[in-house]
Amino acid sequence: MEQAAHHAEHELDPALEYSSSKLGMWLFLGTEILLFGGLFAAYAIFRAKFPEMFSEQHKELDIFKGGLNTVVLIFSSLTMAIAVWAAQKGDKKKVVIFMVITIICGLIFGVVKYFEYSAKLDHHIYPSTSIFFGLYYLMTGLHMIHVFVGLCILGVIAYLAHIGKFTKDYYTPVEVGGLYWHLVDLIWIYLFPLLYLVG
Amino acid sequence: MLSWLPENASNLASGVDNVLLFVTVLSVFFFLLISAFLIGFAIKYRRKTEHDETPYITGNELIEVIWTVIPSVLLIFIFAWGYIEYREMRTPPDNAVEVNVVARQWLWQFDYYNGKKTINELYVQQGRPVRMVMRSEDVLHSFFVPDFRVKQDILPGNYTQLWFTPTKAGTFELFCAEYCGTSHSQMLAKVHVLGPEAYAIWEKGIGIDEGTSVASTLPPAEQGAELYTNRGCNACHSIDGTALIGPTFKGLFGITEKMTNGKTITVDENYLRESILQPQALIVEGYQPVMPAFEGILSDEEVTALIEYIKTLK
Amino acid sequence: MANGTAHDTMAEPSFYEPKGFMSWLLTTDHKRIGIMYLVTISFFFLVGGVFALLMRYELLTPEADFLSPHTYNVFFTMHGSLMVFFFIVPGVAASLGNFLIPLMIGARDVAFPKLNLGSYWVYLAGTAILFGALLQPADTGWTYYTPYSVQSQTDVVLITLGVFVLGFSSILTGMNFIVTIHKLRCPGMTWSRLPLFIWASYATAILQLLATPVVGITLLLLIAERTLGIGFFDPAKGGDPILFQNFFWFYSHPAVYIMVIPAFGIISEIIPVFAKKPIFGYKAIAYSSFAIAIISFFVWLHHMFVSGISETAAAIFSFLTMLVAIPTAIKVFNWTATMYRGSISLESPMLYALSFLFLFTIGGLTGVYLGALAVDVHLHDTYFVVAHMHYVMIGGTVFGFFGAIHFWYSKWFGRMFNELVAKIAWFFFFVGFNVTFFPQFFMGVQGMPRRYATYPAEFQTYHEISTYGSWILAVGVVIMFVNLIAGLFSKEKAPVNQYGSLSLEFTVPSPPPHENFKDIPTVTDWTYGYGKK
Repeated sequence: MEQAAHHAEHELDPALEYSSSKLGMWLFLGTEILLFGGLFAAYAIFRAKFPEMFSEQHKELDIFKGGLNTVVLIFSSLTMAIAVWAAQKGDKKKVVIFMVITIICGLIFGVVKYFEYSAKLDHHIYPSTSIFFGLYYLMTGLHMIHVFVGLCILGVIAYLAHIGKFTKDYYTPVEVGGLYWHLVDLIWIYLFPLLYLVG
Repeated sequence: MLSWLPENASNLASGVDNVLLFVTVLSVFFFLLISAFLIGFAIKYRRKTEHDETPYITGNELIEVIWTVIPSVLLIFIFAWGYIEYREMRTPPDNAVEVNVVARQWLWQFDYYNGKKTINELYVQQGRPVRMVMRSEDVLHSFFVPDFRVKQDILPGNYTQLWFTPTKAGTFELFCAEYCGTSHSQMLAKVHVLGPEAYAIWEKGIGIDEGTSVASTLPPAEQGAELYTNRGCNACHSIDGTALIGPTFKGLFGITEKMTNGKTITVDENYLRESILQPQALIVEGYQPVMPAFEGILSDEEVTALIEYIKTLK
Repeated sequence: MANGTAHDTMAEPSFYEPKGFMSWLLTTDHKRIGIMYLVTISFFFLVGGVFALLMRYELLTPEADFLSPHTYNVFFTMHGSLMVFFFIVPGVAASLGNFLIPLMIGARDVAFPKLNLGSYWVYLAGTAILFGALLQPADTGWTYYTPYSVQSQTDVVLITLGVFVLGFSSILTGMNFIVTIHKLRCPGMTWSRLPLFIWASYATAILQLLATPVVGITLLLLIAERTLGIGFFDPAKGGDPILFQNFFWFYSHPAVYIMVIPAFGIISEIIPVFAKKPIFGYKAIAYSSFAIAIISFFVWLHHMFVSGISETAAAIFSFLTMLVAIPTAIKVFNWTATMYRGSISLESPMLYALSFLFLFTIGGLTGVYLGALAVDVHLHDTYFVVAHMHYVMIGGTVFGFFGAIHFWYSKWFGRMFNELVAKIAWFFFFVGFNVTFFPQFFMGVQGMPRRYATYPAEFQTYHEISTYGSWILAVGVVIMFVNLIAGLFSKEKAPVNQYGSLSLEFTVPSPPPHENFKDIPTVTDWTYGYGKK
């Protein structure tokens, strides 16, 4: 009877499981883009309505910290890609090392963001200050939540890699987790110029 | 005219009714058609035995094309007709009289070109086009007069408009059609359509002045003065002794009033409080129970501030 | 397989095998998850129904003498939120979809069984928040229109947060179903042989994926507006209250089809079985689901014809709204034609399916009134809209859903309900529904606005009839639930194929064994091979 409970999961052969999981993740990433899409739509509408507000107030944002974070995230995407590549080779040690580097990058991102937010709050810039800052806090905040969720997922996968759950033939979670992390990175690559540069 | 339609009392009503009627005729026809087939099939082909033989029919292209094309043509026709009538509704004539409409929770204020103001009563002239220029002071509302077939949402921070020419003299109901909070269903007004003579008399008559009050902050009485305008008390209660829809606030505190239930009550803090929060509980004789309840709208502190304000009005 | 032979005999109806309470809570069996959804959504349907009955009781008289206006407003908010977000949107797709999709396509489970359980738990988390929201109810209406929802003194955040969490569950379920349908069809189950319920579920899942994130972000913006004081929807801060409506309806119009397309699938399964005829125009029905799904993303402005949008926008969206009526009409014609020269048996599932055709036709035709611009100006936000919406949602979805429960009951539970009682329940439900909602069309035409706790006396007769109807309807629902629950305790076991269906799920025992199919089947023909070729 115990076996029966897990019957269904074990039924899928690895190739099918791999392609299913990837399809599922792509679909999920699509919904994530739509979620942010709502915010991008709001951004477009209000930017068209108040161009001066956007061009004035974006100067308050810290381009250095934002830029640093962009570099950090792009680098983390690279290390994540290397981790997936290592997983394909079945190189367990490299998977763990590069995933840990990715996670550290994510943490750096969070710390920089923390300093950025506190600087804003010290200057009495709140979400309610203006629509621009409302968008700034909301878009970066929602992104930050995604970074945090991504870190938790990567942490679990790195642990599973560490205890030897993955092989050359089975590394779906690494690949799928990597896809998610790339999305987090991609969204930031749009957020950074829209908020910090273009204004 | 169909009896199930509301009265036809504006120039726009017939246009709307014609489309509505056309759609109704089509709908009834198609509904009866489908029903006839459903019921007919269910009776005619009722299962007789478990081994009934049935033909293997999976489709018929010709009939499928026919029943795709016919509804499409009809629907596009309905669209076009509906749009033509809609354009008419959205294009006010140049000679329309303007009335400024202010909607707020939960009353209507009408400001006329000659400086007159009315609350919950709209006066228009029969046969003369009138254009409503509308704004909201708080949430969404909607101006809806079924007998005129007109409706338009009213937004804060934006003007919307509608127009009509009343064709019948009389009194018609105006509803707020967009949900606007607790007393949404009591945000009603009357549209009085007057003949030319009656309208001329009304035009020259004395309008209802609005109490005005500008307020600063902090001390309760002053906060109360601010609330008096912000919360729209001024729509119905004057502070200068003028009788409006509700009793004036001037000299109100401490006097003894006769209630509609026969009791007499001295106006004290508790009575004022009850009258603000649950106005329908005790009504002063000679007034209608029309005030919206402010329970859940005003905090205790705000009620106290209003009472303090009323006390100052000697 | 170690336990593959355990189900060859039907001696012990071990309910999908593993025993004990925890084995249910932690199950990854799609059939059990389907049952758990069924129980949960039924509960919310009944609670939402009680709100409706109390509102109808209040409306017996023009004055607010039973409920205060505030309480009335809270009730219609809760009724709408519960029925839409907690019952119809997640329920029909998730409960029936979970039970049926793997069985119909010849799979052992969905593609991601653990995630499936996770979705259910997320759904439960949403309902837990909802219980909090019931204690501090909002009074904004289920559409949460700004600026009232920002200014209201009631707790709007809690209920919208609950809906937001539910959205996640909906997205995950939709994703799971799409992958399942793509990857787990058994040999021979080609796209052109797929049961139409699967096509419908597929279209629904796409809508869930595309539309739900948008309502998610909309509600998030509303929550941020209330808690952080952002002014996206506040004109005083440069925002736009109409923006909320655009966002909201961009989701919520497709959501209407999330609610009703599964019912299209159900009807397409029931009618051929009870008419012993192949479905008429299989491709037209399958494709029209997708046509509806796609067009439904481009009609949202028809909820806003009097909101102050431009004439051009109104014209475009009125036109597109008319277009969406076409595939809907085609389906109705196809279902009707399926009965031609059939061998029609009027058992309870078929009664529900036929009622669906009547009522959904009325719901669809009255939608044409609302799509026509000039007429919509008059009817918008009146009881006509209320009646139209209920004819689509109850007359369409709920009748289809109840039909499905009766149709697959034997398979799901391995028992049978009492057929005569089921017919009596159907009769009360059908009559009660029409008595309740048909008068509302007339009320609406005469100008009775919706969401009114009190109303002018001239509408009282209509309201009285409507309220009496709601009692008849309630009697029907109670009889139906009692009958279905009593059926679980009946002694007699249900046969494998109660109604002579050719679909795959009727080839396995009732109830199916845990892994559904002892051996994965191979399909050689479509599901609708009824009649003599």
